[in-house]
Amino acid sequence: MTTLDRTAVPRRGNADRVKKGLVSGKFTALLILLPPALILFSLFVILPLADAVYYSGFSWNGYGAPSDFVGSQNYQRLLDHSVFHTALWNTAKLILVSLLIQMPLALGLALLVYRKTPTNTLFRLVFFLPYILAEVAAGLIWSFVFDGDYGITSSLLHAMGQESVYVLADHQWAFPAIMTVIVWKYFGFHMMIYIAALQGVPKDLVEAAKLEGAKPRQVALFVQIPLIKHAIVVSGFFAIIGSLQIFDIIIPMTNGGPSNSTHTIVTYLYSFGLSRLNIGFGSAAAVVLFVLAIGIAFFYQRTTGKGSKA
Amino acid sequence: MKSITTRNTLRVIILIVVASVVIGPLLAAFFGGFKGNSELRTNPLWLPDSWDAGNYIGILLDGNFWRYLGNSFFISLMTVFLTLVVGAAAAYVFSQIHFFGAKMILSYLLLGLMFPFAAAILPLFIKVRDLGLLDTYWAVILPQTAFGLSLAILLFKAFFDQLPKELFEAAYVDGCSYLRFFWSFTLPLSTPILATVGVFVFVQSWNNFLLPLVVLNDRSIYTWPLGMMQFQGEYLTQWNMILAFVTLTIIPAVIFFLAAQKYIVAGLTGGSVKG
Repeated sequence: MTTLDRTAVPRRGNADRVKKGLVSGKFTALLILLPPALILFSLFVILPLADAVYYSGFSWNGYGAPSDFVGSQNYQRLLDHSVFHTALWNTAKLILVSLLIQMPLALGLALLVYRKTPTNTLFRLVFFLPYILAEVAAGLIWSFVFDGDYGITSSLLHAMGQESVYVLADHQWAFPAIMTVIVWKYFGFHMMIYIAALQGVPKDLVEAAKLEGAKPRQVALFVQIPLIKHAIVVSGFFAIIGSLQIFDIIIPMTNGGPSNSTHTIVTYLYSFGLSRLNIGFGSAAAVVLFVLAIGIAFFYQRTTGKGSKA
Repeated sequence: MKSITTRNTLRVIILIVVASVVIGPLLAAFFGGFKGNSELRTNPLWLPDSWDAGNYIGILLDGNFWRYLGNSFFISLMTVFLTLVVGAAAAYVFSQIHFFGAKMILSYLLLGLMFPFAAAILPLFIKVRDLGLLDTYWAVILPQTAFGLSLAILLFKAFFDQLPKELFEAAYVDGCSYLRFFWSFTLPLSTPILATVGVFVFVQSWNNFLLPLVVLNDRSIYTWPLGMMQFQGEYLTQWNMILAFVTLTIIPAVIFFLAAQKYIVAGLTGGSVKG
């Protein structure tokens, strides 16, 4: 056994050996420490994604080996399916709402509460709270809020002398309701990213601007926001990748309805692929999702010029 | 010109309005759990007429509720354990050991940062089924761990890289092996980052819905989000019961959040935390 002995005089040349990486047990260490990660990652991340590409060429219900090769037919069916168009458009709407409503809201609130005071800390905790709740729990609570018989929206409408609306069963209102919940659920996450960045902005820059007579709005627009650009870029990346994968909140709220009007890409591939055991067809939808995610990630890195490592 | 007090009043009003919208539905759910269903219909938002905890107690006395929580807890704990051990081991290799191909293998393991989990869900179902793991804890634990590895390795490596180099050199000169050093020095020195990643992995696993939905069919092994959807399916429009159930699942989440907020906030702001 090797034990650490502080009094031992190191043998000459050992320091060199360390620098060259010739320490004892290097290969044992490699053989023990690296394979678990490699095996798990390959087996449950890379292989399934490769499988998705393979399965998408077959008409297959998941049993036996896939044998009924249909070429690009699954993709053709996707492109022809109006529900898939709706799912794509809904996903695009989620991205737009996240970027154009949620992020500005989060930034505005971050500017209001970023200073370290006890009341600000309290507000921050409150705003961040929805983020840590499970999506399904949030979805159920909001299904109640929007319920036509019991819900809060209905009772507000009654108070104003209006008829109750079954928001989540209504073509026009169901998806806006879902988008509202998503903003409610995630704005606190983006706000926290901005707060951390704002606290890193040197105080004297802000003070100097104020001494020059800049109003708070001008300080925010011309000093603080440009200085936290990196945080905004990172949060935008999370907003897009997160929006592409929205699933949990939709299931308890509408389950894709009414008449398939609130599907996203992921609820679509679940409902039309997995639930009906159309593994090939669902895999084609998964490949589309995968390509979109990678494509957007590259495009985003290109246009924002920054790495999106978080 | 607006005076400072007007501006501050406006600011406080905005904050209170937003906070009410954020908290309102949660409080309504909490209050709703104390109400009868007919009371809920006429008064969905405000305090209950009487604080009758019958709905809550009924759920707490039902063994299923605890079973769901227990399943989720075990799965989350194992996912955290595996992610930390496997992720830290790999990150240590890339941080400390120079070998041919290290860069390529690291890039490979970091690919997961860009992959949407949902895109792999159908083949994952097939894979888990073919491995005979459907309706076992491992059906959830192993894929969760695999998909969490990329971010864990990235954060661990960044942290290990910052540990003092002299320490490593001194230890190796004294004849310490890589394995021993990993175990006796790297891991104990890295508790802040282990805690941060651990807290995040735990929350993600605890809240996960899609994967358990796909790979668990047996009710006895349901995680709590599945159990909650099952409960909702049984009670449909008995919103008072559903709200009581949801509230009971939110309470542990809030307590955990308040206890671990230091690590959660640190994780959002770059993954480094001072001990």
